[in-house]
Amino acid sequence: MKVDPGIHRDLGLTDAEFDAIRERLGREPSYTELAMFSVMWSEHCSYKSSKVHLSTLPTEGPHILVGPGEGAGVIEVAPGVAVAWKAESHNHPSFVEPFNGAATGVGGIVRDILSMGARPIALLDPLRFGPLDDARSRYLVEGVVSGISAYGNSIGVPTVGGETVFEECYAENPLVNVACLGVIEDKLMHGRAEGAGNSVVLIGSSTGRDGIGGASVLASAEFDETSMEKRPSVQVGDPFTEKLLIEACLELIRSDLLVGFQDLGAGGISCPTSEMSAKAGTGMQIDIDQVHRREPGMEPFEVMISESQERMMAVVAPAKLDDVLAVCRRWGLEARVIGTVTDSGRIEVQSEGSIVADVPAPALAEEGPVYERALDRPVWADSIQKAHPGDDPPEDLSSAVLDLLSDPSIASKRWVWEQYDHMIFLGTIQGPGGDAAVIRLPDTEVAVALSVDGPGRFCYLDPYEGARLAVAEAARNVACVGARPVAITNCLNFGNPEKSDVMWQFAEVIRGMGDACRALGTPVTGGNVSFYNETKGRAIFPTPVIGMLGVLDSPEKSVGLRLRRDGDSLVLLGDTNPQDFGGSGYSKVINGVVAGKPPLIDLDRELKLHRFLFEGCTGGLLVSAHDLSEGGLAIALCESAIPAEIGFKLDLSVEEDYRFLFAESPSRVLVSCDPSATDRLIAMAHELDVPARVIGAVGGSELSFGPGSVDLAEARDVYTNSLSAHIAGTS
Amino acid sequence: MSAHVAIVVFPGSNCEQDCERALRDLGCTTERVWHAESSLPDSDIVVLPGGFAHGDYLRTGAIARFSPVMEAVTTHATSGGLVIGICNGFQILCEAGLLPGALRKNSGLKFICRWVDLRVENNSTAFTSRAEIGQVLRIPINHFEGNWYCNDTVLAEMKEKGQIALRYVDSPNGALDATAGIVNSAGNVFGLMPHPERATEELLGSEDGRVILGSMIDHVSRVPHAQVS
Repeated sequence: MKVDPGIHRDLGLTDAEFDAIRERLGREPSYTELAMFSVMWSEHCSYKSSKVHLSTLPTEGPHILVGPGEGAGVIEVAPGVAVAWKAESHNHPSFVEPFNGAATGVGGIVRDILSMGARPIALLDPLRFGPLDDARSRYLVEGVVSGISAYGNSIGVPTVGGETVFEECYAENPLVNVACLGVIEDKLMHGRAEGAGNSVVLIGSSTGRDGIGGASVLASAEFDETSMEKRPSVQVGDPFTEKLLIEACLELIRSDLLVGFQDLGAGGISCPTSEMSAKAGTGMQIDIDQVHRREPGMEPFEVMISESQERMMAVVAPAKLDDVLAVCRRWGLEARVIGTVTDSGRIEVQSEGSIVADVPAPALAEEGPVYERALDRPVWADSIQKAHPGDDPPEDLSSAVLDLLSDPSIASKRWVWEQYDHMIFLGTIQGPGGDAAVIRLPDTEVAVALSVDGPGRFCYLDPYEGARLAVAEAARNVACVGARPVAITNCLNFGNPEKSDVMWQFAEVIRGMGDACRALGTPVTGGNVSFYNETKGRAIFPTPVIGMLGVLDSPEKSVGLRLRRDGDSLVLLGDTNPQDFGGSGYSKVINGVVAGKPPLIDLDRELKLHRFLFEGCTGGLLVSAHDLSEGGLAIALCESAIPAEIGFKLDLSVEEDYRFLFAESPSRVLVSCDPSATDRLIAMAHELDVPARVIGAVGGSELSFGPGSVDLAEARDVYTNSLSAHIAGTS
Repeated sequence: MSAHVAIVVFPGSNCEQDCERALRDLGCTTERVWHAESSLPDSDIVVLPGGFAHGDYLRTGAIARFSPVMEAVTTHATSGGLVIGICNGFQILCEAGLLPGALRKNSGLKFICRWVDLRVENNSTAFTSRAEIGQVLRIPINHFEGNWYCNDTVLAEMKEKGQIALRYVDSPNGALDATAGIVNSAGNVFGLMPHPERATEELLGSEDGRVILGSMIDHVSRVPHAQVS
């Protein structure tokens, strides 16, 4: 079939990219070939704009078994115990169709983890939406949360944490990110098509027209008025099949029946065929007539790039083929041999007796374009930093506390996480609602701590500093529950990389993330880049979401954020700079301002703080610990007191006014301890060079800040019920 | 003696490994039985675990009741063997007619995963003997369809026979009479929406699930199933 001139543009390829394809092939591409290139060379699959920057990140460490470039990073968390950890985005599909967009986002990350030979055991969902006074935002929240709930609960993987943030910039471009942790059950798998003559087996759902061009059409372009017409590009999820796929594939791996293994996600069949072949230096002959279809009349190109969900690809030695097919049959899954591994180095696709594509595997998988896009610090970056940070005093301190507690970004997210099974696998030592989830790995006494964090406002005001703050806060979150931070994954959400200011934001974020990860000893094990988060030319805040993995030595000594006992001492760790209001929750909620400079972080101090928390926790000194973040000390105190249904009384000096309570200086943690242990705790802090002082005591039915106080019951009501009231549209 | 427990696995079940772990911690031996089997191994207790059998497609439990293994489960039940259905397992037992009533969508039309307090209303069943009447157990729920319902006649009869064994202290889902767990009239088949296997360790929040699981182990220690049939 002759390709119409200009059709490559409809597929998202530039003229230069089209010329490069012609050059690689030495001829005009066929329609099927062009479609395959369009998905594999899309921004989403090829990382063409981000590659040069991502290569500067630290990716190695003594515990890192697999770094970026595979389905997921793999980290050894205890001798002989390895986990897979990865984040993904499903932003664009979720805006077009929130339920299925979010559901298939969960399905996709779960298959990434599965592809490493790991059983998925925990999910976290960082979500961002526009303000809830807009009916469409409420619809998106409802749809996304129920999509995650329906899919995650059904496949039996607990959703143990996440974030839910509301900000104007996400109104027409919500962020639906998802991170997944898996534990390697038997052996680490690799996506490599070794051994000419081995069979290529497609396992799972039938292939249909859903999700044609999801990677190229949806994920790699901005939104405009026509975006809703892209609804057919959103895939439809079937969690039941995914659950069968998990169990069947883990059984195939356990029984040592597979040579190579990879998930099908963005790019459909084109992706694992070319990637597995390129990695092994082999090729494949694919007969797409063998692909089981959902509907008749599909064109070859549709079969090659369809993003139908719940599919995996396995490379199987001939002697084991019958066993593989039998296991799949028992689980009620279709499994079809669709091709053979060759030593040609090419992906040869045939349909109805004729060759429809014949492409070198590396050309698709590894030799996509790499762009060093123009980047330029925009003029507005200076003007927002010079603008007034919105730190005017509150009219009334108690009302300011209540206003912050009722803000949907700060208020309790119980409405969200109660819709998620967060307990299955009997590992949830700490579930959602704390600084980090603490998860015991099945059939071990090893526990890990997981946290996701992406301070968009800080990154908007200063992407470099914002990224350092993001890594540090995610690390502090896991340190608060008694874990040592060990590695990160990330999900990098940005605007259009073809714009120099967006590219500057991206480069600055990567520089900041790299610096922070090096300083804190937490290498990057992989992640995801989501560009083109713009609607009608307006970009979101640069939003790098950091997924931090920590390891606990003594899971039973892990502490949470809740205060516990009347009379315990409240101790503030870290120094407060009363000027730290740029991008703060207080400035945004009370004064409606997002401006100024974000706080400056000293990563040496941060590291010392982690050391103290680890010692304090494992030594049993701490009763509770809670990171200070949005809303500063005041909100951290409320978040620790409200779930415990205990009040507190601060004892501050007169000059410590609202600034002390609401500033968002980093590297600070609120801890409580038995009064008899206070001196020991302070002494240990000084020994480890961590600023620490007693600021008050636990007890009573008032949240007493000194310059103002709030009734505990009232604060609890506001904090607990605000989000559901906003979503119901009754607030 | 230690109880031998058969845990039935339907395609889409997902709490089988948790039931296994909790029961083994309590000294049981366990064995998984695939839904396509037409017989059960010799076992004292049969567990229908939580999850989404057959995807919960059509209606929860509606397809699972036709799985081949359900005939053997019914035989086990009619011969006096203990059967416990947890969450999705409870839904399947109702669909199979082994327990009265049906489970509708939660009144709030949302999935709920939450710790709840349950009051033991009858401690003379094989599943609650370790409890005092009125004892409050803290055990989590995790369901979308836990809103148990039956007609007035059935309810009156069940109340009279003490078949409503567990009630929610604060009903989370609109269940009739705040019902959380019921036994059949013979007292050997038990269904409950809360997950006792998730509450067997203080580290995870509660040990109260041991009251339920331990009661049935006590029962078969006194009355092994082999002697009943």
